[in-house]
Order: sequence, then structure tokens, then C-alpha cells
Amino acid sequence: MSEIKSILSQLDCVAKNPRRQLDMIIDGGKNVVGCLPVYCPEELVYAAGMIPFGIWGADGKELSKAKLYFPAFICSVLQSALELGLEGAFDRMKAVMIPVLCDSLKCMGQNFKAGVPQVEFLPVIHPQNRKTEAGQEFLRSQYMKLRKRLGEIGTPISDEKLAEAINIYNNHRRVMREFSETAAKHPELISASERSAVIKSGFFMDKAEHTKLVERLNLLCGAEPVVPWDGKRVIVTGILADSSSLLSIFEKNGIAVVGDDVAAESRQFRTDVPVTKDPIEGLARQFADMEGCSVLFDPEKKRGDMIVKLAKERKADGVIVLLTKFCDPEEFDYPFLKRAFDAAGIPSILIEVDRQMVNYSQAETAVEAFREML
Amino acid sequence: MEERKPAKILLREIADAAYQRAWDAKNAGEKVGWCASNFPVEIPAALDIPVVYPENQAAAIAAKGGGQRMCEHAEGLGYSNDLCAYARINMAFADLKTCEELDMPQPDFVLCCNNICNCMIKWYEALAKTLNIPMILVDIPYNTEYEVSEDRIRYIRKQFDEAIQKLCEITGKTFDPKKLEESMKVSNRTSRAWLKATDYCKYIPSPLNGYDLFNHMAVAVCARASVEAAEAFEQLAEEYAQSVKDGTSTYRGEQKYRIMFEGIACWPHLRHTYTALKDRGMNVVATVYADAFGFIFENMDEMMAAYTNVPNCMNIERAADMRIKIAKRTSIDGAVIHVNRSCKLWSGIMPEIERRLRTEVGVPTVTFDGDQADPRNFTPAQYDTRIQGFYEVMEENKKGGGR
Repeated sequence: MSEIKSILSQLDCVAKNPRRQLDMIIDGGKNVVGCLPVYCPEELVYAAGMIPFGIWGADGKELSKAKLYFPAFICSVLQSALELGLEGAFDRMKAVMIPVLCDSLKCMGQNFKAGVPQVEFLPVIHPQNRKTEAGQEFLRSQYMKLRKRLGEIGTPISDEKLAEAINIYNNHRRVMREFSETAAKHPELISASERSAVIKSGFFMDKAEHTKLVERLNLLCGAEPVVPWDGKRVIVTGILADSSSLLSIFEKNGIAVVGDDVAAESRQFRTDVPVTKDPIEGLARQFADMEGCSVLFDPEKKRGDMIVKLAKERKADGVIVLLTKFCDPEEFDYPFLKRAFDAAGIPSILIEVDRQMVNYSQAETAVEAFREML
Repeated sequence: MEERKPAKILLREIADAAYQRAWDAKNAGEKVGWCASNFPVEIPAALDIPVVYPENQAAAIAAKGGGQRMCEHAEGLGYSNDLCAYARINMAFADLKTCEELDMPQPDFVLCCNNICNCMIKWYEALAKTLNIPMILVDIPYNTEYEVSEDRIRYIRKQFDEAIQKLCEITGKTFDPKKLEESMKVSNRTSRAWLKATDYCKYIPSPLNGYDLFNHMAVAVCARASVEAAEAFEQLAEEYAQSVKDGTSTYRGEQKYRIMFEGIACWPHLRHTYTALKDRGMNVVATVYADAFGFIFENMDEMMAAYTNVPNCMNIERAADMRIKIAKRTSIDGAVIHVNRSCKLWSGIMPEIERRLRTEVGVPTVTFDGDQADPRNFTPAQYDTRIQGFYEVMEENKKGGGR
């Protein structure tokens, strides 16, 4: 039991101290490339001998410099990420990768280039017609350009190195999926905050090291007897679910997170990279294989049904939608999610979240009321 | 000899006729589409498929005072009030099926292109799912480079072919490459005429009231591939040429200050935004629409590049250069910037563009908060105060021997 607590506390420490983690990696002799939401081909960075480092903004960050670039109605994830960049928090990174998967991300890249010229900006351009051959060909071409540049920044990327990186990442994904199931089985061992910290810490560590720790954690928890949980079981969905205030409200109300459809959580690891002769082809195909994400084109809008299926599998009592304020893609999905949950008879609640949020009393009341309803 | 109608009447008739044509087709049992404003219009034109433009309808509804009612209806359906007001108005219309300000037929398919924003994809996804109809997406990824790379052109080109094939399947029409060539030719002719007409803004005084362009641009965008549109813009250019000779203008009164209006019109408060400028002798002589909607291309590859080089798809350097070029050519005294609550992409790089405009062109700028279609996001008092302050700066500049 004490080893479980020790691993959880170690990962919690990483999740809470990205700055220190960044310095440790760089002081240890590794180069780092920042990766903004939602999907960056991290395997390319890893194959170039560098460490990809997640940048998803910061809670409670006071915005001052970012206001010189963004109007107020851009999400707090990107506002706070830009603020960090303008403050010099990424100056030790070799480059920062920024995709164009939503309109605010498009602006983010341009503003980063203008405001943080000391750190190289690497745009990541994905196609939205991602399942067609035309889209795949385009993505392979874009990945090849990134491969070339990252190879120059780090070390040249051979097919072997890339295949190895893909293998390490697929392994990490598998272990993280297992962790999500483990946490669902053992809410008495892994609280909502700890679950979040285990996942979040993966953004700030070498994936191979993170895999080892989480694999051990899964093993240790798996050996514990499954005991009845007298609290409630929920699925969370949204861009982020890492607010410590919100997670402690969940805990206070005896709510366990037994699964998620969160961009910064399961969406990062639920789709493996197919192993192909040309590893770039596999990397591109993974992007075609992804489903149920608000920033990826899907006229069938499968996301709602996917969450319903997950809720049933994990025996969830309800779904909590954590809607990031000013996130167009998520806001457009919400009416369809609600419809899917209602049709399946799954109780759900919408809580608007924001990295600048300080007063959680409204959220707390909503969570309490929701718990009563379940 | 019968006196010919003024171009502005012709342009209005063309816009109205597009809606009528769609109604006639719908009533005759033909398939009708809803189309994103910057979807390659040459495709439906080549296939002779009637389409209408939700953005155009939403702007008209907002201008006629229906914006808030429609937005609130969409909010009742679960769409956040943070979302684009054009999208909200259209989702409300898709639910209500009718609108007193402007009606249009319901769609059998939707044609989407994200060269103006990815919000468009989510909006059209929602339409396709809600109405259970097919969606065709021509994906034009945001261009982070200055020029359009080969791989982008190949990708877009292939999507053209796929879009044509899918449209043929949906509508039962057959594709004739010659017709596409023809529609490309006409579209170029219209664009040239549009550029020629809008170029008259550079004259001092300008022969046109800049706000006229907000009305005319709908035809430049949506009806580009029609001969009538080409002819109407050619006539418009002739009229402006004559005005320059005669020293007349559609702007009434003295044009004391020449300004750039940056952003989409604030449709619900069009009159208010206009009057505050007009009262102070300001005429709009520069908008990005002038250059941005002149799609000029010689061949298919250039057409793919043209659809990438639209305002919301270009990187910050190109976006700034385009505005600086227009500002210099039209000799502006200042720029009024609409921080449009509906448009994250347009507004999200505007502060940096504003700084570059000030530095490179050396003119004062002012921003105001507004919205293209939701009247609740605009405060008349803020607008008036800012415009007055802006006016005073320009006045000082003039006294100081500036422009």
C-alpha cells in the first residue's frame, strides 16, 4: 500500500511542478520541445532524441502580457499558455509545436511567433479530411517536413528510431488505458485528484519513465481486493479536468472518476499508432483512426454514443461535462452530447470551467445537486 | 433609349435572384444546398446546382433586427451564447424552418469550407447531423507559411475532385469539365471587375461611400461565377470612373477623413456605426474585402492557392502586409477595428496587426467591441466615445501637417 501512495505522490509532485521538471530534464542533458493541444506528433520529437513537453496553460495564471495579443474571448488554456511564453517560461525549450486544430490555436501560433520570437515556432498542420488518401498524403508530407526540422534541432530521425519511439508511445498508451480501468476499479485507492495527477504527469516526463511508474502502479493496485464503493461513479468529458479545486469538490462529494473523454486525458492515449513499414505512414494513420474528438471533423458526431458506451462499460452513474469557456468545438458538441445522454437515460450535468476561475461555489452547488440526483 | 439601371440595383437584384432561383429549384423537386461563403463557388456553378448562403442570410436577418431573437432560440437549443452569431442564427433557422426577416429553402446537403474558420466545420457538422443530410467538406488548412506549398495545392485539388464526384452522386447531375472551365473564367472576370471597382476608393475624394461595399461584397463572394455579376461589377466600375471625372460620390458631404474599416460589418448596428463616422466626415476607403475577394487565377493550381489566400487563412505576416498595402494605396488617415465577438480567428490576431498598421503606415487606430450579428455584444456609448477620441487624434494630426 505504501508503494502505491509513494508512486501517486511522486507523480502528483511532477504534475504540480512542471517548471521544476522542465529544468531537471534540461539540466540532465536532454533537449525539450513544447507541445500545445490537442495533438502533436510527439513520437517525432522523441525519435530526434528530445523530450516532448505538454503545454496546456496554467490554473490561476494572472493575464497581463497575453492581453496585448488576445481579446478576452479566447479560452484560458491558450491565454495562460501565451502568458507563460511571453514571460519566458519556455525560453529553455528548443522549439514549441502548435497545431491549428481550432481557430484559437491558429491565432495562438501566430501570436507566439510574434511575441515569443526567441523560441522556434513549429506549426503542426493536420488535415480535417483525414480519412481520405488525399488527407493522408498531405499529413505524411507535413510530418516529413516536421521530421526534417526536428532532426536538425535534435538528432536526425531514422526509420528505426521513429519505429522505436512509436513503440515506446504505444506502450505508454496501453499502460495509460490500463490505468484508467484500474482507477475505475479502485476509487478507494486512487482519488479523482490522484487519477488526474497520474495522467497529467505524463506530459512532463520521458514517456518511457512514466510508463514504468504507471505500470508498477497498475500492478500494485491490481493486486488489491476490489471493495465496494459507496460513493458515485462518473465519466468526465471536456478539454481539461485537472482543476484541483473542482477535483476536491468531487472527492468531498464521494464522486469517483471512472472514465473520461477528456482531451488532455484519454483522447491522448486511446488510439494507438499502427505499426507500418514506413513509420510516418503509421503516424498519419493514427490521426485518421481517432474518433469522438471535438476538434476532429466528424459529420456523424459519434462522440456522444462513445461516451454512453464508456459510461455503460464502466458502470457510471452519470456524466459530468466540463465545458471550457470559449471553446467553440466543445460548445458546438454539447447539444449533441446532451441528446445522447438523455436518450440513453444517463444523468448529466454541465459545468463551465476556466483556468482563471477562482470562485468554485457555483460549481460546488451544482456538483452537490447532481450527486443528490444520482 | 431605355436608361440602364444603376449597378447597385443590379447587384441587389442578383442577390435576390439567387434566393428565388433556389426556391424555384426546391419547388421543382431539385436538390438545394447550403454553402459556406468561401466554398469554391465554381463547383456548384459548373454543375448548375442551386445553393444559398447561411452567412449571407444571417447577416440580412441581423441587419433587419432579427439577430437577438434567433440567437436566443439557438441558445435554447443548447448552443452557447459564446458561439458565432451567424452559426446560432442559422441553427435557429434550421430548427424553425422559417424566418420573417429572410426565408430560404431548407437544404438537401451542405457544402463546407474552413478557409475562413474551423467554426464552420463544427457548425456544418451540427447542420448535417441535425437535418440528417450529407456534408461535403473542402478542407483548406490554415496556412502558416507566406506562400502556398505544393502539398497543400495537391491536397485541395484532390478534394475538389472528390467534392465534384460526391455532388454528382447527391444531385444526379453529370460533371462537364468544360463547364468548370467556363465558371472559372466567369469567376475571374467578376473578380477583376470587383477589384477594378473597389480600386476607385484610392481617389481623393473617393467616388463611393465605403459602406456600399458591405452590400456589394455578398455578390462578389457568392455569385462570382455568374455573368450577371461580372457585368454588374463592370458597370459599377464604369459608374465610379464617371464619378471621378464628374467629381461626384455616393458619399454625401465632405470627406474629411479617409479610414480603413477592419473586420466584418456590425450588421445589427449598421446605421449606428455608420452615422457616428458620417457625422464626423469619415468615409471608409479601405477594407480587406476589396482585395481579399478578388480571386484571380489562370489555372486549377492557382485557383487552389487563391482559396488559401483568403483573409482568415493567411499567416500574420501576409495578413498584415495585405492591410498595409491597402492602407498605403488608399491613403488612409486612420483605421477603425471591429473586435468581433463572433469571430475568434479574425479578432485573435488583430492586436498584433493593429500594432503593425500603426508602425508601418503611421496612422492612428481605434478598436471597438461588437458583433457581426448578435446585437447584445455592442455598446453604442463605447463606440461613440472611441470614435470621437479617434476623430480628435486625426484632427490633431491634420493640424500638425499630417494627412
